[in-house]
Amino acid sequence: MARIRTTVDGLVYEDDVEPRMLLVQYLRERLGKTGTVIGCDTSNCGACTVHLDGLSVKSCSVLAVQANGSEVLTVEGLERDGQLHPVQQAFHDNHALQCGYCTPGMIMQSIDLLGDNPDPSEQEVREGIEGNLCRCTGYQNIVRAVQDAAQKMKPGAHASTSSSAAAPVAGGGA
Amino acid sequence: MTTTDNPPVQEIGRDRRRKEDRRLITGRTRWTDNQAITGLLHISIVRSPFAHAEIKGIDTSAAKQVPGVVGVYTAADIGADAVQLPCAWPITKDMKSPQRPALAGSRVNFAGEGVAVVVARSAAIAKDAAELVEVDYDELEPVLDMEAALADGATLVHPELGTNENAQWVFDSGEAGSGGSAAEAIAAAEKADDQVVVRRRFRQQRLVPVFMEPRSTVVDPTGEQLTMWSATQVPHILKTMLALTLGLPEHKLRVIAPDVGGGFGGKIAVAPEEVVTLLVAQKLGKPVKWTETRSESLLTAHHGRDQIQDLAVAVTKDGQIKALDVKLLADMGAYLGLVGPGVPILGAFMFNAIYKIPAYRFDCRNVFTTKTLTDAYRGAGRPEATFGIERMMDEVAVELGMEPMELRKKNWISHEEFPFTTVSTLTYDTGNYEAATEQAMTMFDYDGLRREQQQRRQRGDVKQLGIGISTFTEMCGLAPSRVLGSLDYGAGGWETSSIRMLPTGKVECVVGTSGHGQGHETAFSQIVADKLGVGFDDVEILHGDTQSSYRGLDTYGSRSLAVGGIAIVKAAEKVVEKARPIAAHMLEASEDDLEFTAGKFSVKGTDKGVGIADVALAVFAAHDMPEGVEPDIDAHATFDPENFSYPHGTHLCAVEVDTETGFVQLYKYVCVDDVGTVINPLIVEGQVHGGLAQGIAQALFEEAAYDESGTLLSGTLVDYTLPSAADLISFDTANTTTPSTTNPLGVKGVGEAGTIASTPAVVNAVLDAVRQYGVSDIDMPTTPYRVWTAINSAKGTSGRGDEADVASPGAGLGSTASDISKGDTQGGHL
Ligand code: FES
Ligand code: FES
Repeated sequence: MARIRTTVDGLVYEDDVEPRMLLVQYLRERLGKTGTVIGCDTSNCGACTVHLDGLSVKSCSVLAVQANGSEVLTVEGLERDGQLHPVQQAFHDNHALQCGYCTPGMIMQSIDLLGDNPDPSEQEVREGIEGNLCRCTGYQNIVRAVQDAAQKMKPGAHASTSSSAAAPVAGGGA
Repeated sequence: MTTTDNPPVQEIGRDRRRKEDRRLITGRTRWTDNQAITGLLHISIVRSPFAHAEIKGIDTSAAKQVPGVVGVYTAADIGADAVQLPCAWPITKDMKSPQRPALAGSRVNFAGEGVAVVVARSAAIAKDAAELVEVDYDELEPVLDMEAALADGATLVHPELGTNENAQWVFDSGEAGSGGSAAEAIAAAEKADDQVVVRRRFRQQRLVPVFMEPRSTVVDPTGEQLTMWSATQVPHILKTMLALTLGLPEHKLRVIAPDVGGGFGGKIAVAPEEVVTLLVAQKLGKPVKWTETRSESLLTAHHGRDQIQDLAVAVTKDGQIKALDVKLLADMGAYLGLVGPGVPILGAFMFNAIYKIPAYRFDCRNVFTTKTLTDAYRGAGRPEATFGIERMMDEVAVELGMEPMELRKKNWISHEEFPFTTVSTLTYDTGNYEAATEQAMTMFDYDGLRREQQQRRQRGDVKQLGIGISTFTEMCGLAPSRVLGSLDYGAGGWETSSIRMLPTGKVECVVGTSGHGQGHETAFSQIVADKLGVGFDDVEILHGDTQSSYRGLDTYGSRSLAVGGIAIVKAAEKVVEKARPIAAHMLEASEDDLEFTAGKFSVKGTDKGVGIADVALAVFAAHDMPEGVEPDIDAHATFDPENFSYPHGTHLCAVEVDTETGFVQLYKYVCVDDVGTVINPLIVEGQVHGGLAQGIAQALFEEAAYDESGTLLSGTLVDYTLPSAADLISFDTANTTTPSTTNPLGVKGVGEAGTIASTPAVVNAVLDAVRQYGVSDIDMPTTPYRVWTAINSAKGTSGRGDEADVASPGAGLGSTASDISKGDTQGGHL
């Protein structure tokens, strides 16, 4: 067992975990953060995407112990004062989800993409979310949503999301 | 402008944003695997690595030693070997049906079949311990090739059946009286000077549905009713089938399909794992969870398609089709799924498609092999048929040197001819193929792209353009119960809805369909809002729980709106009729003088009126009811459709083929679909997009391939290559509307249309780009390797060289048509 301390969606947690436990398992099974889901066992689908210290990662390819001392942001931590994140709002507005299983990962990846490139072309969006699979939508409305969010988030998309992610919130372990 | 107090503009036809999105975009989801119950145990299933083997012994002792393991059971330990998982569709009286156990007892028949189960405190412990279960196998010869499986002396998958043939199902329009004899027409064509017979063999490769949420089941046996949560499309069917299969009292069972992450037919099942989870939970008296890994899902959740199609078309040299003969071999895999044997049979009604074909024969043999079983996958039987006929139309056009759209026009049912009874005995109620085609060709700039294609050929560009057509129809809205009965299906095709009028004016609408991404909560709310004149946000759609929705036949076959939506309309009509005498009483008027519009009963010619919510409240109080009228305006209705619905459309695809690498790049995709009245255009468009992606993926990317020992080669998402966003383009979609006349909303199904239509459009386009080199067919998926090989081997053998014959009309399609010879033409096949 290894002791880890992480901030997840603004709350600080301390836990003993098996060294082999994946971050996604830690989030789901230990913290009850079931908004982040698992879609594969080969790191192909991106359903499990979260932000680790402001950058998107597939949480099935990160060990929980590797998140020690880090900040994790999941889809559950995006809302601010009951307001959806602009990317969440754009997914809704553009019908960018059907079953919604890929959606948490897609949204987290899209936010990361917009942080790097606040005004992506269609092709740049397509390439930026290439590691996230969706079986329902054919991606067209996801691409639309990301471009729509880009317009609404101008300027400084990345700044606003990372600062909200980094906002320290005191809290005990769970 | 829209408030819930003032029911507004018409809801039907509005592009409402979806109600179900909020929880899905914020992670407040209820996937089955999210269930956490105190004391929950987890199982992992030990699976066979062999396709075909005798089980000689199972040693569970090491696994049992692992701390945290609660039990390790073989099939016999929990009675899983004695279970007969159900097949609801015995397509013929003498169909051969093997026993399909929940876990194999003495013999495994496909790689991945379960042989034992480990129960533990955590999923990780269960998985670790499963690795320690020692199974002693005696390998048998696998059965992998359908034609070899049917040959004399073939190894039998199930020796007790005496054959590898599950069933043979034949339709002959000559015998049915719906047309002539195809055999006679083809024989006559072979002798006639003015006709040709075109024969082709097509391969429908095996696919995997790959819903993004892996399957998961939780069973809690601790309550008075045993409760199963499952990632299923069919909670009602599952409940009834569990009762029948396991002899459980149906009223002691509750099945819940919570949020379900896609299905595409892949979650229409009574899965062995669902049964094993239940048996283990019963044995231990504890809640138990099973969640599959993706690799497990690819290996063991049912596959789809997998047919060999031998087609023959007799046609006059000026393009009039005289007969169609279809011979299919359909791979069932090792066992029969819930509706598996019927899937290819659905195609029997669709091979004739939108065309007036005077003579038709369909002959399908279902074959057992030692592979994962096949069952419904988006379109189920109809994509296979549509692929066959639409590929064939292009082949015929090539043989005749005709423009491929002209050939289609010459043979399709014109819009004046509806209703039209087809050679396969269906009556198409409405349609307008001309309108959809005209719009699609304009949007596509068909002539412009043909010119561009010509120019690229003349320049000898590395990237050649190909144009593919698919003018399709499909039968959906499954299904009229009487038709299902005539096909020996084990259930009906009706759907049910109940509407509960709450005292505060809000409405609960219970439905028997079970959505898993389709947006039912939104579209159904729109229907209820319009029919009762209540606010969209004042309606709650309840589904997916057999306790609230006790009656239903669930979601598949594009039936939820075309059948389930009509049940809602009928229930709403009953609510209004029940409310009418009470409203009349409240208004001191005669019922005959009342009219109901926009949620209000008013006395004609006056401004007196009461709202439906007022009636609901009056009924709740029940202080002053008219004589003999019960204080209740809730209603329940079941709708059994009189006919299928027949969406249709024209899909046009342009691809760029890199002749040096074989890489196929989508260049343009246009489709104009006629799905009847549209309830929510946003949802319709989304369904089309997703359907297109799956159909295109069959053409270009996906295949479940086995090696010669029967091991699935594409057992992870590394090898089973779903398209990513970067592999696809934006599609141009539009609708024409000819409302269905067989239901009061005028709707037709839309869930499967994109998948059914798109595959042949893409393959026709790929071939259109490379026929100039002498290529006549490329198996799906048309990967760069296959395309490159086809180009190079054709160039090597045909002697045509790079110089294309570009003078003919229809360019690529005409380019090999210069040598139509008398009699049969047999396409080369790669
Ligand atoms: S679960 Fe598929 S990439 Fe992480
Ligand atoms: S919305 Fe279902 S997988 Fe993307």
